[in-house]
Amino acid sequence: MTSLPTALPASAGGTKLGLVIDLDICVGCHACAVNCKEWNTSGHSAPLTDWNAYSADAEEDGDEGAWGVWFNRIHTYEAGDGADARTVHFPRSCLHCETPDCVTVCPTGASYKRAEDGIVLVNADLCIGCKLCSWACPYGAREYDKTEGVMKKCTLCVDKIYNENLEEIDRVPACVSTCPVGARHFGDLGDPDSDVSQLVAERAGYELMPEMGYKPVNRYLPPRPRRDKAEDIGMPERLADLAQRVPAGETTSGASGLLGWLDTMLSR
Amino acid sequence: MHPALSVIFFTTASGAGYGLLVWLALYAALTGDADPLIGWVGLPLALALVTAGLLSSTFHLGHPERAWRAMSQWRSSWLSREGLAAVLTYIPAGLFAAGWLLADRNDGIWSIAGLVTALLALVTVYCTAKIYQSLKTIPRWHNGFTVPGYLAMALATGGLWMLPMLALSGAELLPIALPTTGFLLLSAVIKWRYWAVTDHAAPTATSGTATGLSSLGTVRLLEGPTTSETYVMREMGYKIGRKHAVKLRQLAALFGLLIPIAVLAAVLAMPGSGIMAGGLVLLAALSGSIGVVLERWLYFAEARHVATLYYGAEFA
Repeated sequence: MTSLPTALPASAGGTKLGLVIDLDICVGCHACAVNCKEWNTSGHSAPLTDWNAYSADAEEDGDEGAWGVWFNRIHTYEAGDGADARTVHFPRSCLHCETPDCVTVCPTGASYKRAEDGIVLVNADLCIGCKLCSWACPYGAREYDKTEGVMKKCTLCVDKIYNENLEEIDRVPACVSTCPVGARHFGDLGDPDSDVSQLVAERAGYELMPEMGYKPVNRYLPPRPRRDKAEDIGMPERLADLAQRVPAGETTSGASGLLGWLDTMLSR
Repeated sequence: MHPALSVIFFTTASGAGYGLLVWLALYAALTGDADPLIGWVGLPLALALVTAGLLSSTFHLGHPERAWRAMSQWRSSWLSREGLAAVLTYIPAGLFAAGWLLADRNDGIWSIAGLVTALLALVTVYCTAKIYQSLKTIPRWHNGFTVPGYLAMALATGGLWMLPMLALSGAELLPIALPTTGFLLLSAVIKWRYWAVTDHAAPTATSGTATGLSSLGTVRLLEGPTTSETYVMREMGYKIGRKHAVKLRQLAALFGLLIPIAVLAAVLAMPGSGIMAGGLVLLAALSGSIGVVLERWLYFAEARHVATLYYGAEFA
């Protein structure tokens, strides 16, 4: 059923699961994407196939370039200009929107949103591979599996987060458990007291493209303001003091005679 | 958007087929005449165009054998509604064809079957257009031009394909040629306004809102996620040179509007009808169809998807 379900209220155990991604500390290492691929290629939506994986040459069907199904893509952006420009690494995956058109446009009922935790999934047994859901997603989160003929997408590791065969500490999405800098957080964004909600409140976490009206659940934490003054980064007072006293450059405007001539020659 | 040939063929062929069904039904209801030539050429042609279009639309599916499932989600999905309307249209169309071709009747209940066919045909074209119009992610489609454009072009091309049969059977051309000209002009006005408005529309979203980094300044892609193109880049990131777009618009106007209207004017100015007139209006129908195919190719190729904002586009 591709009509959106009424979310199960928190009082009845309903959650709004999602990710919080810290753009301040992401180093763009792609480890989340790699572990995502590794877990999911044998998980709920397995396999995540690749084409021309070892060669960019066209295969018999003329399809050029290496490409394949990934649920997680890491972009790197440059924001701002000149000395103020920032480099920001930006992991992008399904945001498990509250009102996702990718679900409602599905003609077969293959795409669905779970009432109990809000996870958006694809039932590969019903999918006809019409690709309309990928057209309806503003975030480019869905990727078509050409070999299987069905659409695939981030499952929020639904087969990992509830998996009682795993230690409790491991019951988080693969991207979260593998992030070497701790830039990815997972939790219930419907509960204002959860760690992730607290983090979002504290760091002014935001949603992507709110103007589209899809109400994404995932949140991004903005890069912190740049700290380029000595005292901002906790440099000892004496050094900060020294740093300020080092002259920017000696002035030679008053030099005359031999010194003046030397200054002119050396300045050439 | 990637202009998939199967979808371009589907929307243009089924549009012409459903348009032709509308004109056949109106002709039958208004004249009560069950002319065998018009019936035996027109009905199979209309149903063949519709059926070929529908089959072609299943070619681009990953699992064509599951296509029947697409009729189940009519509560939320325009694609599902389209599939349902398309299949339902065959029921009155079958009755309409049986009356005309087997019973030589085009009056009473048979003409009502025709009018129900016409109504469902229009509903199907409406649903097709709504599939595209309802996508908020594609600003060039998510506007008020999409639905009237699809309907007007279906009726214009359907009318153009009706005329050769009328000419060959010796029937009066004017009653169909005039409204067809009207729909050709209407299509042209809709497309002209569509291009005028969408070429200069304010962006729906920007790379700043897509990443949420606009407070830092303009956001540019420094490095993409892959060394070769991803599915999203292949499907949504189709780029067409501006120079080519202008040329193709001119060709679409030439084939879709100017040639058919000039030919229709010439035919109407000539006395009588027959083989000569039939040949000329067939030319107009072929030209008009080429024009609509060009228009449909542009409709896809020129459309930008907001997901391209993640891959280097600054606004969409």
